[in-house]
Amino acid sequence: MSTAEQTAEARGRTSEWLRERMSHALSELTAAGALVILFIALSFASPHFLTSDNLFNIGAQTAVIAIIATAQTMVIITKGIDLSVGSVAALSGVVGAIVVRDLGFSVWAATAVAIAVGAAAGLVNGLLVTVARIPPFIATLGTMSVGRGLVFIVTGSVGVYSLPESFQLLGNGEFLGLPFAVVLTAIVAVGVAFLLSQTRFGRYTYAMGSNLEAARRSGVPVRRHLTAVYVLAGVLVGLGGMIAASRVNSGQPNYGIALELDVIAAAVIGGASLFGGQGRIIGTLIGAFLIAVVRNGAVLLDISIHYQQVIVGVIIWAAVYFDQLRRQRLEARG
Amino acid sequence: MSATPETEAAGRRRGAPAGRPVLEARGIVKRFGHVEALRGADFTVGEAEVVALIGDNGAGKSTLIKTLSGVHAPDEGELRVAGEPVRFATPVDARRAGVETVYQDLAVADDLSVAANLYLGREILRPGALGRLGLLDKRAMRRGATEALDQLGVRIPRVTTPIAMLSGGQRQSVAVARAIIWATNVVILDEPTAALGVVQTERVLDVVRRARDVGMSVVLVSHNMPQVLEIADRVEVLRLGRRAARFRAADVTTDDLVAAMTGAMTADEEDR
Repeated sequence: MSTAEQTAEARGRTSEWLRERMSHALSELTAAGALVILFIALSFASPHFLTSDNLFNIGAQTAVIAIIATAQTMVIITKGIDLSVGSVAALSGVVGAIVVRDLGFSVWAATAVAIAVGAAAGLVNGLLVTVARIPPFIATLGTMSVGRGLVFIVTGSVGVYSLPESFQLLGNGEFLGLPFAVVLTAIVAVGVAFLLSQTRFGRYTYAMGSNLEAARRSGVPVRRHLTAVYVLAGVLVGLGGMIAASRVNSGQPNYGIALELDVIAAAVIGGASLFGGQGRIIGTLIGAFLIAVVRNGAVLLDISIHYQQVIVGVIIWAAVYFDQLRRQRLEARG
Repeated sequence: MSATPETEAAGRRRGAPAGRPVLEARGIVKRFGHVEALRGADFTVGEAEVVALIGDNGAGKSTLIKTLSGVHAPDEGELRVAGEPVRFATPVDARRAGVETVYQDLAVADDLSVAANLYLGREILRPGALGRLGLLDKRAMRRGATEALDQLGVRIPRVTTPIAMLSGGQRQSVAVARAIIWATNVVILDEPTAALGVVQTERVLDVVRRARDVGMSVVLVSHNMPQVLEIADRVEVLRLGRRAARFRAADVTTDDLVAAMTGAMTADEEDR
C-alpha cells in the first residue's frame, strides 16, 4: 500500500467510525425525533393528551404493540416476516379467557395456556418455513387464516365474557404505580434485547438474516435455530394476546385484525430491515410507542379509524422506502 | 506412484508436490444425471504449498472443489487427508478435517462485524455458567480477530466494523483470513480475486503468501494465468473431468498452461 493511500485511510478513519455508529442509530434517532414532535403537537392539539389517565392508556396500548413488535423484530431480522401475529394473538386471548371462564383457571395459569397457544402457532410457522420450505410471507399468511378460523370456531363467533375481575390484572393492573403491562413490556424488551445482542442465539439470528448460506456453511444449525426464533416469537405473541384480552376483560374473536401492520410498522420505523440482518429492540420500542401515540392522538382528535388505517399505511411506505435507501447507500460503498 | 525413488523423482519433475501430500483426491467420479462432471479426477496438495487448479470452463473445477470441501459426495474415488482415507458428507465434515473453503460470493455475512464473521459458528463464550447460557465473550473475540488479522497483514479500520462498510478487497481478505485462521490442513480459495481491482487483488494474494509461509497449504482456483504463475508453487490442470497435467510453476509459461488446458499438450500420462 502506498503512503498516500495510508494517509487517506487514516484521515477517513474518524469519519468512518462516526458513520458506522450513526448508521445503527439513524432510524432510531429519526423515529425518536418524530415521536417527540408528535408528543408536543398533540399536547397542544388536545387538552386530554397529557392527562395521567391518557398516558396510562397509551402505556398499556404501547405494551401490546411493543411486545408483539418485539416478536416481529426477531423474525424480520432473520429476513422473515410474521403475518399471523394478529390471529395468533386473538386465538391466545380467547383461549386464555375460555379456560378462566369454563375451567376456572387462575389468571396465571390462563396466561401460561395463552403462551402455549402462541408457542404452538410459532412452531407451526417455524416448521413450515424450515422443513416445508414455504417462504415466510406465505407460510404465515396461511397461519393467519387458520388462526382466525380457529378463533371463530372455539368461540362460536361470540366474545368470551363473564370473566372475574382478576382477569384484568395483566392489562389494567398496576405495579408500583406503573401499568402492569408496561412492566411486562420492559421485562420482555430487556430480555430480548439482551438475547439478541449478547448471546450466540442472537448472533445466529442476525447471521441467518444477513447471509443464510454463509451461516449454514459456517456450521450454524440453521433449521433448528430459525424454528426456535419463530417459537419464541409465538410465545411473545401469546403473551401480548393475553394482555390485550385482559385490557377489555373479555376474549374478542375480532381482536387483532390488521395488527400485523402496526407491528411491522413499529419494527421497520425502529430500524429493522425487511432485507434481514438488521434491527434492534430499542428501535422497535420507539416505533411501537410512535404507532400507539398516532392511534391515540387520532382518537383524541376524533379522526376516524379509517383515516388511521391510511396514516399507518403511509408510515409503512415511508419507513420501508428509507430502509431501501439506507441499504442502497451501504451497497454502493462496497 | 511413490513406490520407488525413481518414479518419485520422475513425478517431481512432472510437478508432483515436494512435501508430503496433505489432501489427495484419487479417481474421483461425479455424475449429475447423464453428465459426468468428473471422470476419475486426481488432485494432490502438499505441505505448505500453493497449488493452482486451472482448467477451461466445464473442465470440472467447481465440481472438484465442491467434492474437496464436502458440498458434493463423489460417486466413485477416494479422498485422503494426511494419507488417511476420509469421507465428507457435509462441509462441516470437511472443516472438522481441517479443510476450509472460501466460496466465490457467499463467504461473509454483511451485517455482522469483522470479528463476528471471523468467529461465526465458532463463537467464544464466557467462561462458566454464563457461557452455558450462550453468553458471548465479545472482548476475547475482538482481541483474537485483531491479532489474527495483524498476523496475516489484513488491513481493516476496526474489527467492530460491519462487513458491509468494507471495500471489496477488504471483504475478500477477511473471508480468506477467516478460512486461514481455522484451517489446520488446507485452505481452498475459489476465484478469490475475480471481482477485485489490481491493488485489492495484490492484498489478497499477500494474505495467501503469508499463509503459505506459516505452513498452510492453499488450493487456488483461478482463470488468471499470470497470477497463477506469480503466486502458485505448482499448477494442476483439469480437462474433461480429469487431471491433464501438473507442473512446477517455475518450469512453465502461460502458453504451456493454455496448451495443457486445451489439450494440445499432456504431461500426466505417468500418473494415469
